[in-house]
Amino acid sequence: MSSVKTSAGVEAGLTALAVSLRGVTKTYDNGVMALGPLDLAVRKGEFISLLGPSGCGKSTALRLIAGLSAPSSGTVRVARHEGEVQPGHVQPGHGIGFVFQEPTLMPWTSVRENVRLPLKLGGIPKAEGRARADAALASVGLADFADAFPRELSGGMKMRVSLARALVTDPDILLMDEPFAALDEITRFRLNNDLLALWRGLRKTVIFVTHSVFESVYLSQRVVVMTARPGRIQADIRIETVEPRGEEFRTSAAYSDYCRKVSAALAPSYSGQSVL
Amino acid sequence: MNAQPSITAKPSGAQRAVRFVLPVVVFAAGLLAWELVVRIKEIPPYVLPAPSAIFLTLIKDWAVLSQSLATTLLTTLEGFVAASLGGIALALLFNQSKWVEYSLFPYAVVLQVTPVIAIAPLLLIYLEQQTAVVVCAFIVAFFPVLSNTTLGLNSVDRNLAGLFQLYGASPPQTLRFLKLPAALPYILGGLRIAGGLSLIGAVVAEIAAGTAGAGSGLAYRIAESGYRLNIPRMFAALLLLSLAGIVIYGVLALVSHLVLRRWHESALGKEN
Repeated sequence: MSSVKTSAGVEAGLTALAVSLRGVTKTYDNGVMALGPLDLAVRKGEFISLLGPSGCGKSTALRLIAGLSAPSSGTVRVARHEGEVQPGHVQPGHGIGFVFQEPTLMPWTSVRENVRLPLKLGGIPKAEGRARADAALASVGLADFADAFPRELSGGMKMRVSLARALVTDPDILLMDEPFAALDEITRFRLNNDLLALWRGLRKTVIFVTHSVFESVYLSQRVVVMTARPGRIQADIRIETVEPRGEEFRTSAAYSDYCRKVSAALAPSYSGQSVL
Repeated sequence: MNAQPSITAKPSGAQRAVRFVLPVVVFAAGLLAWELVVRIKEIPPYVLPAPSAIFLTLIKDWAVLSQSLATTLLTTLEGFVAASLGGIALALLFNQSKWVEYSLFPYAVVLQVTPVIAIAPLLLIYLEQQTAVVVCAFIVAFFPVLSNTTLGLNSVDRNLAGLFQLYGASPPQTLRFLKLPAALPYILGGLRIAGGLSLIGAVVAEIAAGTAGAGSGLAYRIAESGYRLNIPRMFAALLLLSLAGIVIYGVLALVSHLVLRRWHESALGKEN
C-alpha cells in the first residue's frame, strides 16, 4: 500500500489542517490489527477528543501522529512535518508536544530539568532553556516547584509538570494520551479547567485521547467516537456551546444532551463485547 | 508511596540504638567468652590465641601488617576499578549491539562460574604476579557489574524512551541523559557487590601466588604465618581483612546512598 495521491484541491485545503490521516492502518508484529482504516482531519487550533473503548487504538493513533511509530499503510500528514510519514518510516515530530497517561518524568532530576529536557535535546543554551522552563512551569501554576524533585509532588502536580514539558517547545500540536485518567475527580476537574484556559490563551491544536464521555464533551470542540478494535470512526460529533466554557457548562442542559448523544454513539462499540 | 512510611514504621531513636547496641553486645560477649576459655583452659597461643594476644600482635607487627594491608587494598582497588569500568563498558557494548551480546555473554558467564581459585595458578604462569592478582580480582568482581548494568540499561521507562525519540535525541544524548541515569541504581548495586568480591579475588590470588614467595599482601601473610605457626599473626591479618571488607562495603553503600538519596526508593526507605 503506498501513499494516497492528493489532488490539488485537497492540497489547498491542507493548509488549514494540522493533522490529516488517510486510510491509516496499524498492524502489530503479532498480526493484531489495532487500527483502521482511519481517516481523520484536524483543523489548526481545534480541540478534538478521541473517545473509544480501551484497546480500540486511540493511543496507537496518537503515537502514529507523533511519529513514534510508523503506519502499516496509509499516510499521516502533520503540518510542519517535513513531508509525509510513509509506511515503514518514522519521522520525529517537531512542533509536537506529547503528554502520556503517566507523568513520565525523570525521577533523578529536578522539575525544572525535566521541563527543560526537550530544549536541552534540541541544543538550546542552558540559560535560555532554564528561563523557558520556568515560564512553562509558571503557566501551569508550578513556578514555586522548579527545584523540587518529581517524587515530592502530588499526582496532579506531576501531570502539570508533564504538561509544562509538552508546552516548553511551544509546539503547534499537543497530543494527550488519557493524561488525567489516573487522577481523582476533583483534581481532574481542576486540570480540565486549566487546560481549557491554556488552550484559549495559546490556541494550539489539541488531540485528546480519553475514555471518559464527560471529559470529552466538557473539553473539546469535536468528539470523535471510535469503534472497538480495529479502531475506526463511529461518529464525529461537534460540541457547540457558548465560549468560554466554565464550570457552569458541566451542569447545563446542553452538556447533558451532548453526553447522552456521545454515549449513544459509543454504545455499539461496547455492546458487542463481553464485560470481561 | 504516601502509605509507605506508615507501613514500614519509622524506627524511633530507641529502636535504632537497640539495633546498633545489640550486635556490639554480642560481639563483646563473644570476645569475653573466648578470652576466658583461653585463659582458664590455658590453651597455648599456637593452638588458639586469646583476643588480647591477637590485639597485641596487631600492634607489635603493625609495621609488617600495615604494609601488607596497603598492598592488598591497592590490589583490591585496581581490581575493583578494572571490574567497574570493564563491566560497565561491556554492558554498554551489549546494549548497543545484540550481536556483540550474543557472541560474548556466554563467555562472561563461563568466567563467572569457573572457580577463580582454579584459574589463579594458570594466570600466575602466564602473567606477571602483580598483574595476575589484579586480573583475578577483576574476574571475580566484574560479573555483577556487567549483569546489573545490563539490567539497568534495559529497565528504561518505555514512555520516556518515546519522549526522547519524539524530540529527536541522538544515541549519545539518550545514553547520557536517559539510559545511564536510569541504570544508576542498578550500577551502584553491582558496584557494592563488586567491592567485596574484588577483595575476595585479591585474597584468593595472593594465596595461590603465596608459594611463589614474592607476594606481601595480607593473604600472603596469613599463609606465611601459618607455615611458621605464628597463629596470633594469622588472626591479626584475618581481622584486618575483615575490617577492610566491612569498610569497603560501608564506603560503597554510603556513596550509593548519597547519590540516590534525592530520588530512588532504595535510598528513601532509609531516610524516611
